[in-house]
Amino acid sequence: MAIYGTALLALCTLLGVALGEALGVLLHVKANVGGVGIAMMLLIAARSWLARRGHLSAGIKLGVEFWAMMYIPIVVAMAAQQNVLAALEGGPMVLVAGVLTVALCFTLVAVLGRAMGAKGAGHD
Amino acid sequence: MTEALAIAQKIFIDQGLVLGFATIGALMWICAFASRCLTAGRIHASAIAIVAALALAWWGGEITGGKKGLADVPAFAGLALLGGAMLRDFAIVATAFEVDVVEARKAGLLGVIALALGTLVPFVVGVCVAWSFGYRDAVSLTTLGAGAVTYIVGPVTGAALGASSPVIALSIATGVLKAVLVMMVTPFVARLIGLDNPRSAMAFGGLMGTVSGVAGGLAATDEKLVPYGALTATFHTGIGCLLCPSLFFLVLRAAL
Repeated sequence: MAIYGTALLALCTLLGVALGEALGVLLHVKANVGGVGIAMMLLIAARSWLARRGHLSAGIKLGVEFWAMMYIPIVVAMAAQQNVLAALEGGPMVLVAGVLTVALCFTLVAVLGRAMGAKGAGHD
Repeated sequence: MTEALAIAQKIFIDQGLVLGFATIGALMWICAFASRCLTAGRIHASAIAIVAALALAWWGGEITGGKKGLADVPAFAGLALLGGAMLRDFAIVATAFEVDVVEARKAGLLGVIALALGTLVPFVVGVCVAWSFGYRDAVSLTTLGAGAVTYIVGPVTGAALGASSPVIALSIATGVLKAVLVMMVTPFVARLIGLDNPRSAMAFGGLMGTVSGVAGGLAATDEKLVPYGALTATFHTGIGCLLCPSLFFLVLRAAL
């Protein structure tokens, strides 16, 4: 039953968000602290628990995976309702931050790939 | 004629979410076509769709003077629900389902280091750039730093901390630019940075983070490397969503 998958996803999301809210209260932050991240970890844990028990049916998978596939369209809808007009005032900042980040990360891929690659070769 | 208008108006109001599905579906279809025909598939359809959506949001803001982009246009009001915080968080959590714990462990130390650096470095760059552009409050700085991690981490962090919509829009724009840059530049620098084996693909996925950027960039470089990059990249958004509004925000606020 696909609804079991969607319900599992809903449960994990609700639990994660609730824990995030609780963490926020605990840390005296007026915010949800990592609720989405906690929910993701709960879902990963739930998936492996179900898989171990042999309860991970095609229906459950479908109920979750549909929403995983809807993620890009939802992000597109999210982008369509942003206050872009106001964002454009800070145009150069976006350009500088974006280009700088990507350039730095590409350099790190080269450094990390080589450093760990050499080390890994020693083990092989 | 007035009756037709009345029916249209009724549908706009009663069928908002359904209309939203149709609108986004049509947009994605057009963008997939543009990706294939105008860029030979080099720029991922999802990246084009996001840029197009941001452009439509700009247009919506221009004609309505509102703050919710295209969702302020009555015909597209359903986008507010479809792209709202509730469904957005729901769908993001769902993507974690694809992560296989056994496979994830194989990524090992390299993946962990790449993920840690891939979250911290963009955040620091984003915060520094935002600081140099005059932002001084911890909430805005954290949101803009998070935007440099991925275009998801930015709005999730911003929403959690209560950042203003312009700041959230800027953080999304930064993340989208990052995704688009990764998609376009990766095939050209792949040899230069040694991106030709699963190991470096995992480092690449962890460092770049943006799933659409990584998937698009690797697909245009070497299709076999896509799962390795995506494996670490799928952790990236979750870790960013966990750390940015919590640890990074608290450290930054303490530092200020």
